[in-house]
Amino acid sequence: MTTAVDTRPSTPLRTFGSVLWRDVFVTGRDLLPFLAQVIVQPFFTLFIFGKVLTSLGYVGGNYAAILLPGIVALNGFLGALQNTTMPLILDFSWTREIEDRLLAPIPIAWVAVEKMLFGALRGFVAALVMIPIGFLILDDVHWPAAAWLPVLLIVILGALVGAAIGMTIGTSVQPRQINILFAVILMPLMFTGSTQFPWMGLAHLRWFQVICALNPLTYVSEAMRAELVPQVPHIAVWICLLVLVAACGLFGTLGIRGFLRRALD
Amino acid sequence: MKAVEVTDLVKVYKKNPKPAVDGLSFTAEPGEVFGLLGPNGAGKTSTIGVLTTRVLPTSGTARVYGVDVLRESRRARQLLAVVPQRNNLDRSLSIRQNLLFHAAYHGVPRAERTARADEILTRMGLADRAKDRIEMVSGGQAQRIMIARALMHRPRVMFLDEPSTGLDPQARLFVHDRIRDLRAEGVTVVLTTHDMDEAGKLCDRIGIVDHGKLLALDTPAALTRGLPGSTTVSVTVNLVASDAEVVEKALAGIEGVERVEKIAAAAGGPPPGALPAGLPPAALAAIAAKAAESAGAAGTGQFRLYTGLDAAVILPAVLRVLGDSACEVTDLSIGTPSLEDVFIHLTGRELR
Repeated sequence: MTTAVDTRPSTPLRTFGSVLWRDVFVTGRDLLPFLAQVIVQPFFTLFIFGKVLTSLGYVGGNYAAILLPGIVALNGFLGALQNTTMPLILDFSWTREIEDRLLAPIPIAWVAVEKMLFGALRGFVAALVMIPIGFLILDDVHWPAAAWLPVLLIVILGALVGAAIGMTIGTSVQPRQINILFAVILMPLMFTGSTQFPWMGLAHLRWFQVICALNPLTYVSEAMRAELVPQVPHIAVWICLLVLVAACGLFGTLGIRGFLRRALD
Repeated sequence: MKAVEVTDLVKVYKKNPKPAVDGLSFTAEPGEVFGLLGPNGAGKTSTIGVLTTRVLPTSGTARVYGVDVLRESRRARQLLAVVPQRNNLDRSLSIRQNLLFHAAYHGVPRAERTARADEILTRMGLADRAKDRIEMVSGGQAQRIMIARALMHRPRVMFLDEPSTGLDPQARLFVHDRIRDLRAEGVTVVLTTHDMDEAGKLCDRIGIVDHGKLLALDTPAALTRGLPGSTTVSVTVNLVASDAEVVEKALAGIEGVERVEKIAAAAGGPPPGALPAGLPPAALAAIAAKAAESAGAAGTGQFRLYTGLDAAVILPAVLRVLGDSACEVTDLSIGTPSLEDVFIHLTGRELR
């Protein structure tokens, strides 16, 4: 027998679709835990900072308008990051569930891309659900209709960057380091992302401003405010977009490389 | 075309300078059950890892039905299926969904995968548990589900890494039966094991591996036959009408007999040095008992013949020679070495 063996005409794209569908399908069944995970923490942030402190008079009345775009950005970015990192750490160390997909007839890098895409999707949903919640809790917050489309695009881009960073972290952190992951990586990312304050306002706190400029989340928050509260001084949108696209490329590459390292011995 | 073709395979892991696989070469024919037998850490799992596209070889090639697993890993993955050592089933899905999603990843059309899942679940005795979550299943059931899942995309080669380690006897026999089914369907099976009985029962051919090198490769029967002086024939004869020396000489003259030992007729057992190394203790005890027993009976002699040939080949000649010498045969026993003797002979006794 010299003829080549027949292989089923499965296209990688179809396989990619099935792999993505598996994750969506599983999320669909665990919708409530997922929503609890993404809503509770930002809800309290919004409530305490945007409502309680405002009504007590400790922060200015227009603070809510500055806070909400930042919290939506944070939820999209961090939601994508966590939803990419956590399953990866568990998958590679403990459950090994991912092996079945690593043996599917698609390039392994595509599985990494799928994981990031799905993480970003969860982050995007997490950001979206915060918007109506914000409107309900906060007083006097209005988003101009013309800003909605650019805002959605910024949230998507922010979620993709978050997922790419999540892939990089998830493939480089050992499972026993999960505890310090929160303290050493997630917390600093959360508080240096210019989500609770406009970056331009940090001029008198120069060193902190420089640190915040290193966090890609800053550019998601700033781009959001540029669209929603343009009167507040902000980084130009084109700079934000440029940085986000570059971060997406950089961390995406690092993440895929890390994934290949973990998936192949 | 060979079903599996491994050529000069070398795998060196970063953390360990000693190669896990060290120049391994072997082939498996389509439809055969091929066993990789070796102690822990011999390089079996690494070899399977390379063949299933999950481990990158340091050098050498591996092909599955002519498809290079390194260069065309995507095509190779369509041809092969893996049943791993550890449970890696999707815990978020039910048993049936595990099968369905696996088939979807492999591009099996929806109608076909539904029908096939039901058929395989029935065959694997899992039909009534199809909707159960994976968390609820036992080790033996997980193994069955992983075999069922592997079958979903109709692989041409199935790799099973230690398929029955940790299973109870029932689950083990079930897995053995399924492996025989696969063989009957023409699916090539490559399995790793350190269970000699399993290898001997299931495999058409066995490659014995240690320290990443292939030490021997043959059918189970040929492997045991190949052990030097492997088969023994012990005869007890009545020496009233003949001389022991003459009988011994006549027996030694038979073609294929490597040496003859006169064991009994005198008091005491055989000197320990005369026995081949590596005989199981049970055999030694039996020999000693036999010697003591025959020492009591006057006029009898016991001889042991060592041969590399099959007992069936050598026996007629032995009986003819004894008949010619007018010796009455009162007892006769055949000792064949087990695969375990071959394994220990090749890989040594030290613990891993």
